[in-house]
Amino acid sequence: MPTSAPAAAHALTDVASSDSTLRRFLHGLPGVDTVGLEARAAALGTRSIKTTAKAYAIDLAISMVDLTTLEGADTPGKVRALGTKAVHPDPTDRTTPTTAAVCVYPDMVAVAKEAVAGSGVKVASVATAFPAGRVALDVKLADVREAVAAGADEIDMVIDRGAFLAGRYMKVYDEIVAVKEACGAARLKVIFETGELSTYDNIRRASWLGMLAGADFIKTSTGKVAVNATPANTLLMLEAVRDFRAQTGIQVGVKPAGGIRTSKDAVKFLVLVNETAGEDWLDNHWFRFGASSLLNDLLMQRQKLATGRYSGPDYVTVD
Amino acid sequence: MSDERLSVFKTYKLYVGGKFPRSESGRVYEVTDSKGQWLANAPLSSRKDARDAVVAARKAFGTWSGATAYNRGQILYRIAEMLEGRRDQFVREVADAEGLSKSKAAAQVAATIDRWVWYAGWTDKIAQVVGGGNPVAGPFFNLSTPEPTGVVAVLAPQESSFLGLVSVVAPVIATGNTAVVVASEKAPLPALCLGEVLATSDLPGGVVNVLSGRTAEIAAPLAAHQDVNAIDLAGADDVLAKELEIAAADNLKRVLRPQPVDYTATPGIERLTAFLETKTVWHPTGSLGASGSSY
Repeated sequence: MPTSAPAAAHALTDVASSDSTLRRFLHGLPGVDTVGLEARAAALGTRSIKTTAKAYAIDLAISMVDLTTLEGADTPGKVRALGTKAVHPDPTDRTTPTTAAVCVYPDMVAVAKEAVAGSGVKVASVATAFPAGRVALDVKLADVREAVAAGADEIDMVIDRGAFLAGRYMKVYDEIVAVKEACGAARLKVIFETGELSTYDNIRRASWLGMLAGADFIKTSTGKVAVNATPANTLLMLEAVRDFRAQTGIQVGVKPAGGIRTSKDAVKFLVLVNETAGEDWLDNHWFRFGASSLLNDLLMQRQKLATGRYSGPDYVTVD
Repeated sequence: MSDERLSVFKTYKLYVGGKFPRSESGRVYEVTDSKGQWLANAPLSSRKDARDAVVAARKAFGTWSGATAYNRGQILYRIAEMLEGRRDQFVREVADAEGLSKSKAAAQVAATIDRWVWYAGWTDKIAQVVGGGNPVAGPFFNLSTPEPTGVVAVLAPQESSFLGLVSVVAPVIATGNTAVVVASEKAPLPALCLGEVLATSDLPGGVVNVLSGRTAEIAAPLAAHQDVNAIDLAGADDVLAKELEIAAADNLKRVLRPQPVDYTATPGIERLTAFLETKTVWHPTGSLGASGSSY
């Protein structure tokens, strides 16, 4: 069975030459020390970030938000409102940075594109039968092409967790490669749905698999299951992108998504990024937050820093 | 064998969101009785505790204001029942805190429990007194109903540590508001114990949040907080009250200024109405038809 190799040639190009080499490579990755990983994530979460550092972190976090609405009830009006919010997160303070992107379903890409036109805010679209990803490859690719044709700058795909858990890594690999090709110039984020992968070892394998197949971003989860982004699984993925760059020279972004609701959490994630992957990743080209309610909390904290008084939900939009 | 028992000292804690946390700051301060004898260490709350309390109060507001007035009355009455069961404890607390004789403290506690019952009775009657149908010249019903203001910061009276406290807290929650209460700075222990009673009285967590510490330190962020809708300055002195009023003006908080109050007298409904908004709706009756009535 012929498989297409990722575009870039690097030290690990041969790893995916066959099902068995891929399996051998993924299972040869060192096992994850669960206790150590969680302790490290928790320890980094205790850093005290105050005053000017906090102001910097909040602005950085705002600029990293993929403002997301992925609901059956999404209307063009709601997407337009979201786009406006992405461009002007806090209408009372125009020094607020824009968010990185808005993230919508493929059929809303055109609407979103129009809403953020000229602002530098990207439009990301979930595709490949999000969130389950359980359809034929043709359908997934059609989904991707539709989103790209409508103007999506970024595509968030979900992997076939069933195939991954069954050990059919090559199938997952080929799918990512095919989707990457369909993306064209759009950047590809690969969602692993870490909450469904059961073990940290699986998350590490999935991360490497995604990066080998050419992902531009690896993303924790869809936000549609019980366990989403946690500091520990994000730390693990950050270690993976760091090691991947060390071996291949290719930098891959990370996007934790789902369950990050407070500024405090967001700042903890930024500490993880800085301490694990390093400063190169402290940029919205390489790190994103998939979130919706997080932005309001960041804005309230920003208002608190600016005015000295605690703000409240009456002073941010309801969405 | 000796009969000596080791003393079991009580750790007094805050009451926020239905839980009993220590102060976020980890600080405590010494509480003494009226003669300067050490009684206990009470948490010395910080502005972050105030912020957390406001978040808890805001979260509880939907359920509490949405509960029927009758249900709120039952819960308030339940609180009185629970207080009755812990009467002896409160008599001791109040006697220590205010330097009263046992019999005087007992009278205070009895009056306090009666005050809860009194306010419990008002929950489903206040609407009839301050609301009602307004006569208008047109084919409309015009109705005014009192609605709770929202999250109310309450600075409890400094002197009357229990009767005064209940006299300012009960009317706030009786009408469906939620409260962040700053206990008397000198005598916070009865207020912290009240938290323990509230936690076992069917009162949803977050409806009343009790903070202890320096009144001026906690009140400042509460008065400036954009998500607090009203503030009762009963426990502020003149200088502090003025500062807080200025801070409160920023988001147009409803302010109840400190005034001399005899907490032993029947209170009247001023404190109930202080934190109510009047909602008036016009309701078209539709065509009245030839008979003059659409029914």
